[in-house]
Amino acid sequence: MVNMQMTGAQMVLQAFEDHQVDTIFGYPGGAVLPIYDELAKERDTNQPIRHYLVRHEQGASHSAEGYARSSGKVGVMLVTSGPGVTNAVTGLTDAMMDSIPIVCISGQVPTHLIGTDAFQECDAVGITRPCTKHNWLVKDINDLSRILHEAFYVASSGRPGPVLVDIPKDIQFQTGTYIGPETVKHKSYRPKLKANIDQIDDALKLIANAEKPIFYTGGGVINSGNAAVQLLREFVRLTGFPITSTLQGLGAYPGDDSQFIGMLGMHGTYEANMAMNECDLMINIGARFDDRITGKIDEFSPNSKKIHIDIDPSSINKIVKVDVPLIGDVAHVLEDSIKLWKSKVYKINKPSLKEWWKTIDKWKEKDSLKYVSDKNIIKPQHAIQRLYELTKDKDVFVTTEVGQHQMWAAQYYKFNKPNRWITSGGLGTMGFGLPAAIGAQVAHPDKLVIDIAGEASILMCIQEMSTAIQHKLPVKIFIINNQYMGMVRQWQELLHDKRYSHSYTDALPDFVKLAEAYGAKGIRVQKPNELDKAINEMIEYDGPVIFDCVVEQNENVFPMIPSGKAHNEMLLGDETEKEEISDEGKVLV
Amino acid sequence: MSEIVSKHTVSVLVDNEPGVLARVIGLISGRGYNIDSLTVAEVDAEKHISRITIVAPGTEQTVNKMISQLQRIVPVKRAANVTFENQGIEREMALVKIVSTGEKRVESMRLSDVFRARVIDTTHDSFVFELNGSPRKIDAFIDLMKPLGLSEVSRTGVVAIARGTEKM
Repeated sequence: MVNMQMTGAQMVLQAFEDHQVDTIFGYPGGAVLPIYDELAKERDTNQPIRHYLVRHEQGASHSAEGYARSSGKVGVMLVTSGPGVTNAVTGLTDAMMDSIPIVCISGQVPTHLIGTDAFQECDAVGITRPCTKHNWLVKDINDLSRILHEAFYVASSGRPGPVLVDIPKDIQFQTGTYIGPETVKHKSYRPKLKANIDQIDDALKLIANAEKPIFYTGGGVINSGNAAVQLLREFVRLTGFPITSTLQGLGAYPGDDSQFIGMLGMHGTYEANMAMNECDLMINIGARFDDRITGKIDEFSPNSKKIHIDIDPSSINKIVKVDVPLIGDVAHVLEDSIKLWKSKVYKINKPSLKEWWKTIDKWKEKDSLKYVSDKNIIKPQHAIQRLYELTKDKDVFVTTEVGQHQMWAAQYYKFNKPNRWITSGGLGTMGFGLPAAIGAQVAHPDKLVIDIAGEASILMCIQEMSTAIQHKLPVKIFIINNQYMGMVRQWQELLHDKRYSHSYTDALPDFVKLAEAYGAKGIRVQKPNELDKAINEMIEYDGPVIFDCVVEQNENVFPMIPSGKAHNEMLLGDETEKEEISDEGKVLV
Repeated sequence: MSEIVSKHTVSVLVDNEPGVLARVIGLISGRGYNIDSLTVAEVDAEKHISRITIVAPGTEQTVNKMISQLQRIVPVKRAANVTFENQGIEREMALVKIVSTGEKRVESMRLSDVFRARVIDTTHDSFVFELNGSPRKIDAFIDLMKPLGLSEVSRTGVVAIARGTEKM
């Protein structure tokens, strides 16, 4: 395979083959026609690349994310120049924020037209520079294969992220030399995988001496792969410490395990946030002290020593100063940690740990996720709990849109395996869930894939229903329909004296008819006693379903750390007295 | 860590490829840092490595954060704080045009001698001085020339390197 002559368009497909890419999401257009032509020619071969035609390039980017997140592979997308690229920007930014490996191939106007404001021209590398990990404009056919191999390497190594390769149309037609991936080595990019062993020992000494420790884990564990997940479970069980997780880390540690004390952060459990506040040792594994997690930064876990494992050196001390930074890949660091722990025969402080668990159990008694049920109207929390109970025996992949339903899903749906929970955390992209579910379904054709959605978010990428129908992808869209942009409404209630400015959606579509218009099945439920039967009907239907679950309109997500407050200043529910939120808090998002 | 805002000189070694300067500058502006001066030139023609020197105001902490962010950029090989206080040597070159006659003209000539500035162009009414040195020395020279007919200044921006055997 080394050093073959072929056209640029053929090189793209050859690189896909060399990097084991069998699935891409895309949308054709003038500047990528040569590549689409190769896809057509290849259709009759033994193992053609499966191309999923989306209905909007944003859909392609989120589908690639859903595919990547649920499979651990690189997600690949193919878009045309100009609007094709600009439409992909939201998904690329989303992947950048949540560290998802994406390779985006974009067409560009021919090299001699670049810079002339040609039809469907845009400065693709300029526009995507801040929202990709790296990007390339290919100006010479003989650079193309090297750049494609580098693109896959950069996207998937170190802290993963999206990359973009912009290929002018004339380059796609030209013939040049294709070099195989085995001969290409990036000039300088070599992420550090193993942490310094002396620093690991420093961390273990802190762990052995801790009286009130807590593991705080994030998406980095899942990105590191299955080995990291298994090692995390081993290490947490070895120590007996409590563990909490960020939104992106859910599933790395089993959600129904007794050592797991729930998600932390703005809508995390009381016990998780209190434990973070009062711990004397915090072991951060693959999380980044995001502002949703820390609350008021000056009062964040004031009395703890902090260990931080992260593959990205720029995450260390970015927001919170840590005592022991361990720069490396989670799996490598945990493997070394467990080995050293055993060889040095370190022991944890058992009596203190027992006391610590007693304190945590006290906090648990608050039952911060409790809510008041109703016989006549479906509570959104109840809907998600029932969905969980009726699907938990299956290996389910759950995606979400963004807003209240997303937080309720994180709180009430429990994940026991990694890669099953796919949500837009960093960027908070409404419209993410449906295309992401499509990507997850493509990666796992026989599994149940559910997009837990809101009625506002789902409309942002609803056109992808058509993709699901065309490619026979039986995704289930479970809409928590309260007719409001619920999270916006909640903030307006808490921060703006209930002035609900433009957060109510009038003229919503009839979701049942909408489903039918696309050729899917529509189900509407309004009564709590009809819920279980309808959910089962949804699960059993062989094809896409839009499930319109009409819920209580004024329900809020609790617990909640209001803006500008610390972990120990949580609001637990509607009945708690509401303190005035300071002006300083109001400016935060 | 020091909370005092001062000027820091940061050296960045990069692969000299298209767009690399835009990446470095885009990151700095995108993350809200300022730049006082910037120089860039290829320093290894065989390996195609360029050196970018940035002078940026900030606390030691913010500059350290900026450096770790810079290290995230794929074609950035190394980035380090080479400020004078961190055992760095800083140099800058300036071209300074003086337009004056009579006693002022003589005085500017005399002062340029003190600063070891060279005259590289002259007319009956003007000089262009070339001056090398630390940014502070150049600032001082410019200040002195202001009442003597200072007309125009062009500065290269700072280049810096670590003292002693230490290599970046």
